[in-house]
Amino acid sequence: MTLLYFAWVRQKVGKGEEQMALPAGDIAGLIAHLKSLGPNYAEAFADLSRIRVAVNQHHAGLDAKVGANDEVAFFPPVTGG
Amino acid sequence: MKISIRIQREDFDLNREVTMLAGDGESGAVASFTGHVRKEEDLSTLTLEHYPHMTEAEIARLVGEAGIRWELTGVTIVHRVGPLKPGERIVLVAIASQHRHAAFAACEFLMDYLKTHAPFWKEETRGSEHHWVEHRASDDEAAKRWQK
Repeated sequence: MTLLYFAWVRQKVGKGEEQMALPAGDIAGLIAHLKSLGPNYAEAFADLSRIRVAVNQHHAGLDAKVGANDEVAFFPPVTGG
Repeated sequence: MKISIRIQREDFDLNREVTMLAGDGESGAVASFTGHVRKEEDLSTLTLEHYPHMTEAEIARLVGEAGIRWELTGVTIVHRVGPLKPGERIVLVAIASQHRHAAFAACEFLMDYLKTHAPFWKEETRGSEHHWVEHRASDDEAAKRWQK
């Protein structure tokens, strides 16, 4: 699974991209796993109301299912335009 | 529909973009919106980050939605990324159609959806401090009025 982080999520996690071998599951489960990896992840994902998710470059919810070949991105609510 | 979606660091030329969009005479109307970096106390730089590939894909989806709602002949969207100074152009949405109503409406629709859906993030530099711009609830409200 390819994980991408943007804006302050990237800064808190400390990297913009990483590969992880993970069992298939949903986004909520993936976040719970990431939070167990270290204080940087725990801080980045402390408030899920401030986190948005995309799966394979489409906006997705916490209940979206993800598998080994998916690209999952985490970022704050967008502020472009 | 003629579609051009570009994410770039360089500035754009409004006149040139509109000429490319509607200079062939197929469209009787062009409505465009240009966003600039607003001057604010202490703000020295606004730096835009985005999610390459998803940004283009998401904007293309929004343009597709606009094309279903209105009869359009062309859409040009240019969004700049990287560091920008107050007064600089950030974004261009230009819509061509046969008649003005569709062009005005689609231009506003696309700006509202761009602000709430396209994966861009702004970071402000004020003096030696950097902080990420917070998403505005009023932008969500603006986008919601198109959901009917």
